[in-house]
Amino acid sequence: MGVDKQDSVKSLFTAQSAKVDTNRGDAYYEDLYAQCRGRLDELKNLAPLNNRMDFKESIEDEGLERRDFLKWASATTAMLMLPASFTPLVAEAAVMMNRVPVIWIELSDCAGNTEALIRSDGPKIDEIILDIISLEFNETLLAASGHQAEKQLEDAVEHFKGKYLLFVEGAVPMGMNGQYGTIGASGETFHDHLQRLAKDAAAIVAVGSCATFGGIPAAAPNPTDAVGVMDVVKGKPIINIPACPANPSNMVGVILHYVLTGGIPELDSLLRPKFAFGYRIHDNCERRAHFDAGEYVEEWGDEGAKNNFCLYKVGCKGPMTFNNCSIIRYNEGVNWPVGVGRGCIGCSEPDFWDKYAYERPMANAHIKAPTGGVEKTVDEFGLGLLTAAGVGIAVHAAASAVAGKKENQGEA
Amino acid sequence: MAKKHIIVDPITRIEGHLRVEAVIDENNQIVDAYASSTMFRGMETIMQGRDPRDCGLMAMRICGVCTGTHYQRSIEAVEDAFNVTIPKNARLVRNLIQGALYVHDHLVHFYHLHALDFVDVVAATKADPELTAKEAIKWAGVSGHKPYISAAADFKAVQERLVKFVKEGRLGIFGNGYWGNNNYKLTAEQNLIGVTHYLKALDIQRDLAKMQAIFGGKNPHPQSIVVGGVTCVQDIKNPARIALFKTLLKEGTEFIKGAYLPDVYMAGTMYAEEATDSEATYTATKGKGVGGTGGGILNYLSYGDFKLDDTGFYNAEDLFPAGIVMGADVSKVFEVDANKIAEDVAHAWYEGTGAPEHPYEGTTIPKYTGLEKKEDGHAYLKTEEKYSWIKAPVYDGHKMEVGPLARMVIGYAKGDERITKYVGNFLKRSGLPITVLFSTVGRTAARAIETELMADVMVEWVDELAKNVAMGDDSTWTEFDFDVVSKDCKGAGMAEAPRGALGHWMVIKDGKVKNYQAIVPSTWNAGPRDAKGQLGAYEAALIGTKVSDPEQPLEIIRTIHSFDPCIACAVHVVDTNGKELAVYKVDPTCTF
Repeated sequence: MGVDKQDSVKSLFTAQSAKVDTNRGDAYYEDLYAQCRGRLDELKNLAPLNNRMDFKESIEDEGLERRDFLKWASATTAMLMLPASFTPLVAEAAVMMNRVPVIWIELSDCAGNTEALIRSDGPKIDEIILDIISLEFNETLLAASGHQAEKQLEDAVEHFKGKYLLFVEGAVPMGMNGQYGTIGASGETFHDHLQRLAKDAAAIVAVGSCATFGGIPAAAPNPTDAVGVMDVVKGKPIINIPACPANPSNMVGVILHYVLTGGIPELDSLLRPKFAFGYRIHDNCERRAHFDAGEYVEEWGDEGAKNNFCLYKVGCKGPMTFNNCSIIRYNEGVNWPVGVGRGCIGCSEPDFWDKYAYERPMANAHIKAPTGGVEKTVDEFGLGLLTAAGVGIAVHAAASAVAGKKENQGEA
Repeated sequence: MAKKHIIVDPITRIEGHLRVEAVIDENNQIVDAYASSTMFRGMETIMQGRDPRDCGLMAMRICGVCTGTHYQRSIEAVEDAFNVTIPKNARLVRNLIQGALYVHDHLVHFYHLHALDFVDVVAATKADPELTAKEAIKWAGVSGHKPYISAAADFKAVQERLVKFVKEGRLGIFGNGYWGNNNYKLTAEQNLIGVTHYLKALDIQRDLAKMQAIFGGKNPHPQSIVVGGVTCVQDIKNPARIALFKTLLKEGTEFIKGAYLPDVYMAGTMYAEEATDSEATYTATKGKGVGGTGGGILNYLSYGDFKLDDTGFYNAEDLFPAGIVMGADVSKVFEVDANKIAEDVAHAWYEGTGAPEHPYEGTTIPKYTGLEKKEDGHAYLKTEEKYSWIKAPVYDGHKMEVGPLARMVIGYAKGDERITKYVGNFLKRSGLPITVLFSTVGRTAARAIETELMADVMVEWVDELAKNVAMGDDSTWTEFDFDVVSKDCKGAGMAEAPRGALGHWMVIKDGKVKNYQAIVPSTWNAGPRDAKGQLGAYEAALIGTKVSDPEQPLEIIRTIHSFDPCIACAVHVVDTNGKELAVYKVDPTCTF
């Protein structure tokens, strides 16, 4: 393969994602700034829903410096893809997050997203619960059970009609008239429960792979006919925060954005906020240099693995996956799947269990056919999975393998 | 006065969707109880036809709370099928990933899922911070540790935050709780200790979860375990990562010893009357019972877990030994025989032959018969028929309880040195007899004892890992030829999850999963009655319990929470057309 071909493959993966316009120009940001300013002034006149102390105040109570708070605000501003001039607004918005009531419901789920929420470090979860958002209902954390729990939910809906953000965790099972999941003394199906609560919500935030795209219950053969929220709820703004589980920073980011602008963030065609899902994992991957150099882990625990080489050949789907984990990572930045030498399984993409979640490159995946039936390789599916990016990656991987061989021969 | 039939749905502060119905007599005593899972996803069906190496990550999504445990069991089933023994580093890393889960999960369970059954949040506003500090020091003393928080000013700060929260605003997740109920027995000061630690524990658990992320990549749902070993070779070679793990563990351990254990001594002592009030249990078990309220079926099962050497999965010595204790009789321990496990669907929404079926031969054909709508607008379980998505597992025809209590009781009964030391220490310090463990409070205490044990033993494992790597062993994966080993085989991953005995079974044919079956801890504990009418562990534990206010199911959720329910885990396979999907046949002899 000629050098210029390799260069073109390289440039394909070096190019910034086409999905996000990171600089909209001064006029755009001036307008947005004015809009946010107005929104915050409006909120300031509202009493906090819970009269709880300010986030900022609580941070100071905890003995943290205001400097740390501003540092957090500045990082969050960057995460939301806003210019640095918005930092004071983001800080102010954080202080006023307690004007937004949140109701969180669980359908066909594993509670993984609730668990992710309680790992939130910016802001921390005790602040979220006590001081920041007005978390009116969350089954995993709620003190009351049974009728008292149902009443708590009804009160919150009544009290905040049209104002609350409805967070939904888990898929909606549609099979058998929805009876694969029921909740409450009346035996209401998950589907009816969702529709009832969606009706009076300001907007719906689907968190995690199941609520967004059906996730694991919807993996082939989808035994319960599970679907995502956007497949059944119509006529309401819906924001999808996929990944398994969703990154808590992105959950907080969406709420902050709502406080800041009064609206939902700019979304891609899958209703994902562009601030979080505008880039491929691959675009900002810490092992990217090894990809460019054609240095791969060929099998688990090999010399490549010991040297942090690129994980593409052991199945990393970073090049096909849009998410910000390569930037913000998980658990306060402690690690992430590529860091730990496993690679990305594409968990923020629709149908990833059937398309991406295996430890081989796509070309020799031998995955289960999403439609059921006889197993085929990805090429045979003709699902359009092998996009330009996919082909380019495969070409590059093959090319560098050849190049590597040649080098070895040369040395020998 | 007629008996009263109450519904508690949803049971909150658990994983998953659970309903409990209880029948209460004129003395407010529970005379009958039914537990029902109300959600169903069909996880095992989804595994069929996939590459066995891919199942671990999917199996993990059975549950986001005991995250990582189904992952590892599924991978172990494949390794058992392929006859692959993982390297030492991989064993230690897995022990640390699962150990981190235990301490994280148990801590979150006690404070965030269970404590509000003992701690009255609103009553804490009336506490005297000075006396609270004295109280905290006292209970830390009982536990033999330095109190994690002991300054009156710290308790005062939390109280002020709480007062503001309670007085002026909506209560959010504390809204509409059972505050003021007679069965909250802690003093105002003790309640303030509980609330203070509840909030601090939110902080601590973030750090404990980081321990899993260091070697797992993230939490929830880590990603570094693969068939043959682990992928985190860089992380174990990096002394800074090892050091971070140790720092986080040390800080977490200080909280476990200085807050969690003292709080369990405190609650255990305040509720000791219920833990030793054996009358209810005695009546419920027709004279055989010991212990107290919430004791239940008193049969305990553990598969054993946490491999201590590299002789292979089913050969290695276990930190928690396998075994069976019947009728709370700790003088005898029976060996586990996997052939004696069977599942009964008499009261589960599946078709069946009427007799319990061994999981190897069992079928899973859905038969949803729904709830019964009544005039009061509620829908009731049809308790005479089928009433849950969970099957009813039995061991040799007996219902069993699994979990930390089972592990501690079996380890103690077997005379395991380490477990006997920790259990003995707890009993000595609390001044209570072993029978106190067979109760709601005892179940909660056993989990705390196990947490301390796990926190201590992890220090040994992380040192062992660092030492092994320093000596030049950086092997993390055992090679195998997939095409050769995956032609026709079967395997089992039977070990322990935080909530108890967990088994994943897999049949592999031509490189694909032909059949998949999981029997999980909450299947054992939350299952309905069997054909003989034997109650499930939750159900049995509720019988005889006195409810101080039938309108407020405080005592019911307290006992249910003591099991740490994880209901998404507990449910089986089905498809929408009612097709038979999971005929599972394994040669039982190959599973151990």
